[in-house]
Amino acid sequence: MSLLEIRDLRKSYDSPEGVRTLVIDVPRFDLAPGEQVALQGSSGSGKTTFLNLIAGILKADAGKILVDGNEVTALSEARRDEYRARTISYVFQTFNLLQGYTAAENVMLGMMFGQGPDLAFAKKLLERVGLADRMNYRPRQLSVGQQQRVALARALANRPKLILADEPTGNLDHVRAREALSLLREACRESGASLLLVSHDREVLGAFDRVEELSIVNQASRRPAAPIGQAVKS
Amino acid sequence: MSPIKRLSGLLLIVKRSLRQHALSTAITLLSVALASGLVMAVFCVNDQTYDAFTGGPVGFDAVLGARGSQLQLVLNTVFHLETSPGNVPWELYTTVKKDPRVQLAIPYAVGDNYRGFRIVGTTEEIFTQFEYQKGRKLTPEAGGRVFDPRRREAVIGRTVAQKTGLRVGSVFNPYHGVVYDTSKRHEEEYVVAGVTGISNSPSDRVVWIPIEGIFRMEGHVLRGTGEEYRATAGEEIPDKHKEVSAVMLKFKSPQAGFAMDQTINKQGKVSTLAWPIGAVMAELFDKIGWVNKILGLVAYLVVVVAAGSIMASIYNTMNERRREFAILRALGAKRRTVFSAIVLESTAIATLGSVLGYAVYGAIVVAAAIVVKQQTGVVLDPLKFHPSLVLTLAGMVGVGALSGVVPAFKAYATDVASNLVAAS
Repeated sequence: MSLLEIRDLRKSYDSPEGVRTLVIDVPRFDLAPGEQVALQGSSGSGKTTFLNLIAGILKADAGKILVDGNEVTALSEARRDEYRARTISYVFQTFNLLQGYTAAENVMLGMMFGQGPDLAFAKKLLERVGLADRMNYRPRQLSVGQQQRVALARALANRPKLILADEPTGNLDHVRAREALSLLREACRESGASLLLVSHDREVLGAFDRVEELSIVNQASRRPAAPIGQAVKS
Repeated sequence: MSPIKRLSGLLLIVKRSLRQHALSTAITLLSVALASGLVMAVFCVNDQTYDAFTGGPVGFDAVLGARGSQLQLVLNTVFHLETSPGNVPWELYTTVKKDPRVQLAIPYAVGDNYRGFRIVGTTEEIFTQFEYQKGRKLTPEAGGRVFDPRRREAVIGRTVAQKTGLRVGSVFNPYHGVVYDTSKRHEEEYVVAGVTGISNSPSDRVVWIPIEGIFRMEGHVLRGTGEEYRATAGEEIPDKHKEVSAVMLKFKSPQAGFAMDQTINKQGKVSTLAWPIGAVMAELFDKIGWVNKILGLVAYLVVVVAAGSIMASIYNTMNERRREFAILRALGAKRRTVFSAIVLESTAIATLGSVLGYAVYGAIVVAAAIVVKQQTGVVLDPLKFHPSLVLTLAGMVGVGALSGVVPAFKAYATDVASNLVAAS
């Protein structure tokens, strides 16, 4: 049984001019429990939209997303919030740490809306990512690599079944990117979480056994560009 | 998740936001503190002043004096303010004193001062019989005694002693009139025989001398018979020439007040009975009630301004915080959680501001108490409980919560995807 099952997923956007553009059209996509998959996608291929749909941040126009047997696409917004708080987590390219909070507090935010804040567990996670001595540092006081490690610890805070990573190494240099990726994959293996990572970095992609081309998974990107001023039939 | 964990999470978000916007938070707290302090002070000072002047420890039921304003009579004799409306013949005093309905009648003769403190000529009964509160008399403290009615002796109130430095054995000259004017010094020298203990009443600001001393003061003219009479040293003053500014009365029963009110005020033409003293003073407060209404209105307006400043300070941060809300939502926060965090933030500002408001209240009430005591001798108690001390806090908390609703809706409506990362 798959942890993530996607069937006939579609998402369109209306432009300010009123033109509807289909950006996601995924007939089928599966991810097994504990599996780590990389999606290769260039800028504008709809990768963030795809992850946002899986995360329940965006609502699909059609199709089904099932995560751990629960149909995310059928959930109300409040239920999708709960699902995000308890079942999945997100690692962003820009880390998205909150500047006013310490490293430990940022990690606690990851569990705040699910199980509730647990400082001891937050500290344990920071120790796991090698930041035991930076618990009370604010993001600005940390290096870029350290910030990404805090973001990783935050992603593990709600003990997710699925981690979505959107260009997680995009803001890191070569060495740190490799370290961060290794840490992310290792942490997923330890926790048993599945990993769906989107990147266009060949070195990152090369570390995965299963790499999917987003332009193949998402058939919307294979359609010809819409003529200006004319809607593309979805 | 337990409610306590949920609340602790919300409080963390609120705490961090307040710290991140420390300057605007501090300014808003100050405006809330001023508003709540002002509201509490207006209501407390108003009610305490009303109570003190209308139902305070006066000790007398009525004042009998010259035909005229009851209010002026009370202000002049009980609170030692204003000028005397005139004099009444000594005979009136002796008649009233013999009245079986009257428990106590003490004559007052006024018109002089010592460095601004009123000099009241009276009898020893003011110390031996009069109780300004049940069981409490104006007794001279140890080392002093009641004045000898045949000598130029004085008993001074505690405040007079503190402000002028006079003490037992000190010698002073009275000054003519109720306003201190160094050119109007009387030649007579008086010796302080005693200092009364603190009574927290207007009596603390009085210099008591024998009534005979007023009659015989240099330059004083008596008109008890209608003709002018000047006392001569060594000669007894005939009663018919004597006059008093007022007679302070205590009745044996409230019915006596009704009856004497009928006889003196409604049927008589010679004198005025100010009775009951509390009701006379209440009339004054009724007349100046509009001042209190305006003060109250100003206080409420300040509350509205404070509420506006809470809303503005939070609303102004909304744009910069859109990403923060989007991140929180991406981490699983519900719309209502973000909404609650903003309302809780405005409520926290209002609550903290109101708590600080107690300091503002304390400062205003202490200052008011000092001024009122200096001017009238009436004591206000800054620590006395007043319902507004609780209601203002509750009201401000409510107003604070309401002020957060508009910015909270803005946070509620924050779109997650567009504020999180640019869609690709």
